[in-house]
Amino acid sequence: MTEHVRAVHPEPDMVQLLTPEGQRVEHPDYPLEITDDEIAALYRDLVLVRRIDTEAIALQRQGELGLWASLLGQEAAQVGAGRALKKHDMAFPTYREHGVAWCRDVDPLALLGLFRGTNLGGFSPHEHNFNNYTIVIGAQTLHAAGYAMGVVRDGAVGTGDPERDTAVLAFFGDGASSQGDVNESFVFAAAGNLPVVFFCQNNQWAISEPVTTQSRVPLYKRASGFGFPGMRIDGNDVLASLAVTRKALNDARNAQGPTLIEAFTYRMNPHTTNDDTRRYRLGSEAETWKLKDPIARVKAYLLREANVGTEFFAELEQESKKLAEHVRAGCRALPNPTPESVFQNVYVDAPDELLKQRGEFVDFVSSIEEVNA
Amino acid sequence: MTARTMAKALNEGLRKAMEDDPKVLIMGEDVGKLGGVFRVTDGLQKDFGEDRVIDTPLAESGIIGTAVGLAMRGYRPVCEIQFDGFVFPGFDQIVSQVAKMYNRSAGLVKMPITIRIPFGGGIGAVEHHSESPEAYFAHTAGLKVVACSNPSDAYWMIQQSISSDDPVIFFEPKRRYHAAKSEIDPEPYPLHQARVVRPGRDVTLLAYGPMVAMALESAAAAAEDGQELEVIDLRSISPLDMPTVLESVGRTGRLIVVHEAPHSFGVGAEIAARVQEQAFYSLEAPVLRVSGFDTPYPPSRLENEWLPNIDRILDAVDQSLGY
Repeated sequence: MTEHVRAVHPEPDMVQLLTPEGQRVEHPDYPLEITDDEIAALYRDLVLVRRIDTEAIALQRQGELGLWASLLGQEAAQVGAGRALKKHDMAFPTYREHGVAWCRDVDPLALLGLFRGTNLGGFSPHEHNFNNYTIVIGAQTLHAAGYAMGVVRDGAVGTGDPERDTAVLAFFGDGASSQGDVNESFVFAAAGNLPVVFFCQNNQWAISEPVTTQSRVPLYKRASGFGFPGMRIDGNDVLASLAVTRKALNDARNAQGPTLIEAFTYRMNPHTTNDDTRRYRLGSEAETWKLKDPIARVKAYLLREANVGTEFFAELEQESKKLAEHVRAGCRALPNPTPESVFQNVYVDAPDELLKQRGEFVDFVSSIEEVNA
Repeated sequence: MTARTMAKALNEGLRKAMEDDPKVLIMGEDVGKLGGVFRVTDGLQKDFGEDRVIDTPLAESGIIGTAVGLAMRGYRPVCEIQFDGFVFPGFDQIVSQVAKMYNRSAGLVKMPITIRIPFGGGIGAVEHHSESPEAYFAHTAGLKVVACSNPSDAYWMIQQSISSDDPVIFFEPKRRYHAAKSEIDPEPYPLHQARVVRPGRDVTLLAYGPMVAMALESAAAAAEDGQELEVIDLRSISPLDMPTVLESVGRTGRLIVVHEAPHSFGVGAEIAARVQEQAFYSLEAPVLRVSGFDTPYPPSRLENEWLPNIDRILDAVDQSLGY
């Protein structure tokens, strides 16, 4: 266990722009011009995203969700990256990117269907430029590389037109870094100089397996072997995440090729609501990370350094309560799938055999319902 | 029109699809400069450029996974898997992503991807180069699976598959690539419709891909003994064209399914199940299967015996007629 505890200490080359105590610090490579109002807006994102997560966990405890994958502790990494995206950029999430979904204007309710068992996706990837959650570990990194291949072929990279040049952001975790698909996506991205940014949230744990099970080197160093830059950021620092992702996305849009960002963070909660961390990690580890909370440091900054009044925090609390009510009531109101819906959208052009099965299943279910009635 | 080989017909079909739709891309290993190890994509990169005919890294999951992303961006990728036995590194992306994305997204994200797979044996190849994995894909909801057997079908079916908004696994019988030349039909036949390629009244032989030629040869041999075998080229494995099969079985009362793939849990099993469900009283004999065996593909010196051949097919015909 001691070696895992050691892993939580950041490396000296980790990019940090806001310390856990809420002090703004500068980094020579990542100057960040940001107003206090903009930092307050990020704070709002962080608070609301955490509220969504808290409500979803409660809903799972009440039996309203079958499962939930909590993002607690990873809000800053996700909000920073999410707010670095332009509207026309495309992002490919895992199943834990609730914070990025928030930044892509996906209604939190649209995320719940997957976990409640009422649908498999829940929102339009095209409308939000944010793909549906991908559960197979690492598979989406190849989709991101392929999408970036399309961007290149559309001539939407390196034109200098900010409305046209497009970047792609691929999310994955420390566990996924071992997957073939992730490594293949690095190969495709490097060989094709693709406008894709790989955003790895190293939250230290792949369910029960520590990062040391996945890698002997810091994950960001993997990039050099593939021939593109990699860097580590303080994943609990929303400003570092914003600045570094913004720079990497800009490089991608400007035809400078891919970047790997390792956001060094911590999964404060179990892997999902079904997981039990007591079997594999020390509680003291989470206690250490609590001191680096991604939200507390922004609040400390706003209270101490910025001209943000108490009214702001009071209004945000009201907004958070409203959002929670929206999530709670909306979750319970999510429509159950109908028997015939499972046959829909299997094919664009459905075969006769499938239509026959649909007819038989629908008739059978309704006949049983009639008997029961 | 002049007669051409299946490889050439596929090449021309791909060329036509690329001319008709600028979103059609070809991607795979050695498909560019080399023109593919079977020369099916010969000359296409020269004419359409490296952006549309893409020599990919050697990573099948990468080929399929990036095709998914390209499809999301509005492209129509045609992926070449170099040999049947090499599709498995890409199996996860095919089964879990290509097949399911449309459903997961509630019909909002289409996957118009064609995956070309040279399949089957009979060419004296080494391990992993002679397999028939079609049943894996036919078993997966969301995929369509077809197999061409002759140059004209190859020319038309590849274009129909590429224009399909559903993903299509396109099996090409590699032993037929350069086997025989024939003319291209002036009009396409429906992609998912089976075709009676030799009428007969005694027994129905059902085959697809490389086994259609074998079934026709068997029927010609049987005709010398006075047996009239009907041969159906199935063409589409998923969906299955049962009306054509049932119509034939209704007349002959006897059905033999021929495929190179192993015996159990395969296309033959599915057809046998459906025929007994839907044409039980038409049957004069059990549905029989002539197939590979439930073993790994054999060393090539044994493949002509291991694969369905005329002797094994005619033996099954005798069995069927013996009931």
